[in-house]
Amino acid sequence: MAEPLIELEDVSYRYGDTSALEQIFLTVEKGEFWAVIGPNGSGKSTLIKLILGLIRPLSGQIRLFGQDSSDFREKEKIGYVSQKSNAFNRAFPATVREVVRSGLVKKTGLFRRYPADANEKVDSALAAVGMEDFTERSIGDLSGGQQQRVFIARALISDPELLVLDEPTVGIDRKHMQSFYNMLGRLNREKGIAIVLVTHDVDTVSELVTHVACVNRSIHFHGPHEEYSRQEDRIRSEWYGHAVRRVHHGRKAADA
Amino acid sequence: MISAIVDYEFLQNAFASGLIIGLVAPALGLFIVVRRLALIADALSHVALAGIAGSLFLSQNVTAFAALNPLYLGIGSSVAGSLLIDRLRELYKSYEELAIPIIMSGGIALGAIFISLAQGFSTDLVGYLFGSVSAVGREDLYTILAVAVITILFIVLTYKELFSMSFDPKYSRAQGISSRALNIGFMVVTALVVAGSMRIVGILLVSSLMTIPVAAAMQIAKGFRQAMLYAAVFGELSVLGGLFAAFYLDLAPGGTIVVISITILLLVLGGKKLAASRSAARNEEVETGEL
Repeated sequence: MAEPLIELEDVSYRYGDTSALEQIFLTVEKGEFWAVIGPNGSGKSTLIKLILGLIRPLSGQIRLFGQDSSDFREKEKIGYVSQKSNAFNRAFPATVREVVRSGLVKKTGLFRRYPADANEKVDSALAAVGMEDFTERSIGDLSGGQQQRVFIARALISDPELLVLDEPTVGIDRKHMQSFYNMLGRLNREKGIAIVLVTHDVDTVSELVTHVACVNRSIHFHGPHEEYSRQEDRIRSEWYGHAVRRVHHGRKAADA
Repeated sequence: MISAIVDYEFLQNAFASGLIIGLVAPALGLFIVVRRLALIADALSHVALAGIAGSLFLSQNVTAFAALNPLYLGIGSSVAGSLLIDRLRELYKSYEELAIPIIMSGGIALGAIFISLAQGFSTDLVGYLFGSVSAVGREDLYTILAVAVITILFIVLTYKELFSMSFDPKYSRAQGISSRALNIGFMVVTALVVAGSMRIVGILLVSSLMTIPVAAAMQIAKGFRQAMLYAAVFGELSVLGGLFAAFYLDLAPGGTIVVISITILLLVLGGKKLAASRSAARNEEVETGEL
């Protein structure tokens, strides 16, 4: 029996009078790679905030690594990568090493210095994302795609069992996007890290993910990727209220 | 000058205080700048003005206050102001910057009332507004030293958390770092440094020592630690140079310190531009050489 990392049971959330998520059931197990897709304003980001414990559900229960999310303290088990656009100020004076090392803050604990092997951990986390040659560079000098890799390394340094990524490729050009996703696929396969990826690029990631969840306030579909592919046209038309023509590779009609 | 420092206690006080402040203010200032809180230092200094003016007024009228160093009420009001700002920022979550004009004008208003009650500016008050070489007492020096010890301990002990919170607040919240407690601590320490610095640079110019050396450092530093080191070096150069100039030319040190720190900033900007155009020229040479 595999150990569930995330369990959402009948979870609902609303902002004021506006319902954001209704009756969500979702279980993510070890080693799975989930794509969470849905139109803008569908509650994807709310779902991520709930999983990260940034907000609490108004009803229902969330369990992380078997514990109720409000009791869950081992945050270092979950690596988080946000949208690049709102992550930081480009002029911020910090080296790649300093940024990646800050992923150890929680694990190290308040009032303590970083552990002696922090530098080696930085090196191996950067090697895992192919950024080992940029260690002493200033974070602001890197391209958007390189910065996102650094942020993945920051998430990886605490040896998480789960990576949560909220539209990590916003602002990254298509050419680098594919290699970015391939790197995620490698982390998932080789290190066995479970991944929850919120994305618009459903076609780009389709080869890599094991499961798909389609969110539009409620979850319209969740299950293995093969199942999703079979039902894709039906799911998409349900979401957008009309049939959507699927354009192969590259452009996606669904984004319109 | 060296012999003057050996001979006169007031100069020892001023230079020792200056050396301490020149290190601590820019080091904390780096966090203030990257968190976009530069104006908060300004607001707090004006709240400190209310405390100083109030203390000067009370010392004229209430015997119990006659012997009290105005610095203490200045520190007290600045810390109270920092807690109020924190409270207001929580209250107006989506308009956090609103706290700054409210507290700043409140501070100036109280200051104005106390100054007029005390029937105008005394030389003491002018010393607090623009800094002073001659007015720094032993007690001031010890107070500034205590402020510096608290500040350095705070920065060293919470460096990781402060860095993470400054660089990427959302990520550090997702990591479960309690930003609320850290924020309050940070605001209180800022208030302490603001109040401690004003003896040397003056209330009206305190925030400059926390921002201008940092602005210069950020131009050339690759990383955060490096930026902190450069900021402290620029801060020390500004304070020492400013105090020398103030002593020999009989000027207010606040003015000379800020002028020197701005000169350093301009030199750094100019040097950076020169280096950039040189390396561009060199690249061009290499390219044409290859052709």
